[in-house]
Amino acid sequence: MAATEPTDRAPVGSKRRLGGLRRTLAPVSEARGMTRTMLWFGAGLTLSFILIAVFAPVIAPYDFDTFQANGQRFAQLEAPSADHLMGTNVQSTDVLSRIVWGTRTELKVVLVSLFFSITIGVPLGLLSGYFGGKLDRVLVLVMDALFVFPFLLLAIVIAFLLADKVGQGILTAAIAITVVYIPLYFRVVRNHTISVREEPFVEAARALGARPFTVIRKYVFFNVVQNVPPLATLNAADAILTLAALGFLGYGIQPTDGAEWGYDVNRAVSDAASGIWWTGLFPGLAIVLLVVGLTLVGEGLSETINPVLRKRPKVDVDLGSTSEDEAGIL
Amino acid sequence: MAAKGTSLRQYALTRLALVIPMVFILLTLVFLLMRVAPGDPISSALGGRVPKEEVDKIKADLGFDRPIYVQYGDYLADIARGDFGTAITDRREVRDIIKENGAATLELTFFAMIVAIVVGVTFGLLAGRFRDTWIDGSGRMFGIIIYATPVFFLGLMAQLFFGSYLGWLPTSDRASPIVDATLDTHTNIYTIDTLINRDWDAFVDVSKHLILPAVTLGLVTAGVYIRLVRVNVIRTMKDDYIEAARARGIDERSVVYNHAFRNALVPVITVVGLTIALLLSGAVLTETTFNWPGIGHTLILYLQNRDYTAVQGIIVVFALVVVLASLIIDFVNAYIDPRIRY
Repeated sequence: MAATEPTDRAPVGSKRRLGGLRRTLAPVSEARGMTRTMLWFGAGLTLSFILIAVFAPVIAPYDFDTFQANGQRFAQLEAPSADHLMGTNVQSTDVLSRIVWGTRTELKVVLVSLFFSITIGVPLGLLSGYFGGKLDRVLVLVMDALFVFPFLLLAIVIAFLLADKVGQGILTAAIAITVVYIPLYFRVVRNHTISVREEPFVEAARALGARPFTVIRKYVFFNVVQNVPPLATLNAADAILTLAALGFLGYGIQPTDGAEWGYDVNRAVSDAASGIWWTGLFPGLAIVLLVVGLTLVGEGLSETINPVLRKRPKVDVDLGSTSEDEAGIL
Repeated sequence: MAAKGTSLRQYALTRLALVIPMVFILLTLVFLLMRVAPGDPISSALGGRVPKEEVDKIKADLGFDRPIYVQYGDYLADIARGDFGTAITDRREVRDIIKENGAATLELTFFAMIVAIVVGVTFGLLAGRFRDTWIDGSGRMFGIIIYATPVFFLGLMAQLFFGSYLGWLPTSDRASPIVDATLDTHTNIYTIDTLINRDWDAFVDVSKHLILPAVTLGLVTAGVYIRLVRVNVIRTMKDDYIEAARARGIDERSVVYNHAFRNALVPVITVVGLTIALLLSGAVLTETTFNWPGIGHTLILYLQNRDYTAVQGIIVVFALVVVLASLIIDFVNAYIDPRIRY
């Protein structure tokens, strides 16, 4: 209770835009203890994967589907060695290269699907929550129906149907994942919009004669949108898992189009019986690490933003009166 | 929604009434996806393998040559009668598929659920109780890693370690071939069947086959419980009545175990309902990894054969199961917590 505002706040007034950004990020810099460690560790992991994806052509020793070099075919299912740090798989391709190129595939699909699900889910949630009425009731029912459905089955069915029409590629996988996650954003944004709608400042804006669209854009949107970053990060983690699952079941990316970790793990299942571990272990670990990274960021963010879980840093308070017990309250 | 002091019965009836539009929307979605989107399911299932006249005949038999709205009406009527259709490729009735392969899934998910709850609740309570200590740290890290691990990857690693490396446990199928062939089935749930037959060797064999898939699926699902129970414990520990209990001089142990934990566990019941959908999704992957002849594995096989009617029937059943589960969970919740009313 005695804790004052953190001292590292931007001075109000000077640079408005930067101040706004800093205020949004304030909880992050306020994070302390384990939450802070989680945030940094997760951000580090995620960032390394992003770097791997960006510099894939430099990092990967071979192409994702290269099975020979200098006219000589690589050995099949060769154990990790100096030539192939993570061994080769049954198609003689280099496991490490497939993982590096796979990073690109995973991140691309996740970015596209996040973009779609946010640009569809958030506006729908805003409209539905703000206006209510029949539109709201119908949307809620449809979204709830999508939400209760086992998410993977939904994704499989969508990917299966699109594979017939569009072909198996990044877009198909991304759409299949998008459909699964739209209801999530819709729900969160709608529920929050409903509570913000009743706030005095929104009422004031309405009383001043602002049009509904202006109210949503200027007053409701920024209050609601702060829920999105933690949700989106956790969602990205989940999307990686869904993509890997789709790939594992054969509904991910066409094997000739790109490397995908889930597909590689699937191919490794038949190797397991003969004790070959490198074809499955490494792509699987890649999935785990990337998902852990994103989850740590997401959990850290939601913990810093959620006031129930947030722990404020202890700030020394100068009460002015007695100099002896200046130590710090709380 | 604003009505005050409605009875439990009224709540149950309202909730039940709300299921109807939900089921209707789900069924319509499935129909739109499976029947309208692909155009012609029969040709995609049999195309190329069967002459065109034959295809037309099958189409007429199944009523696929009629207008789409008539088909839609029939589809709803059939489901209302409990008829989920027949597979195009192997002519199995979806009802039989559910009966035979569904039992395998039920067995797998039931034991997985037990593993998930035991592991999840234990770790979650410990992590929440000892918040910000090393117990919390490792519990949460375990939770996050287990959540981040795809069930099929964990399954593969389990196969490698316990199957190929140690040779302790079988890595695929529900039973050894001999047991599978000679087993006298009553319920299609093998652990129960072998017990009914008092065939102990077969029981051991069947149980051994069950361990890896069930533990794999259970562990992955446990991640959800760990997070939830932890947050709930933290939240409950901040509640006024905990403070009140402490103020009354009740010792900390009793406060934690009798007051905080008990209340922190109530929401777990809700989550059990939500994880049923998660379990079913996980079951599809686990079954594929371990070659477990459950309903999810069957679904994947039908998908590969482009058998739209079988896929549609199975998806409908899945949807109904999920809706039913959420309904039951809501009833249980309302029964436990008198604040939950419309």
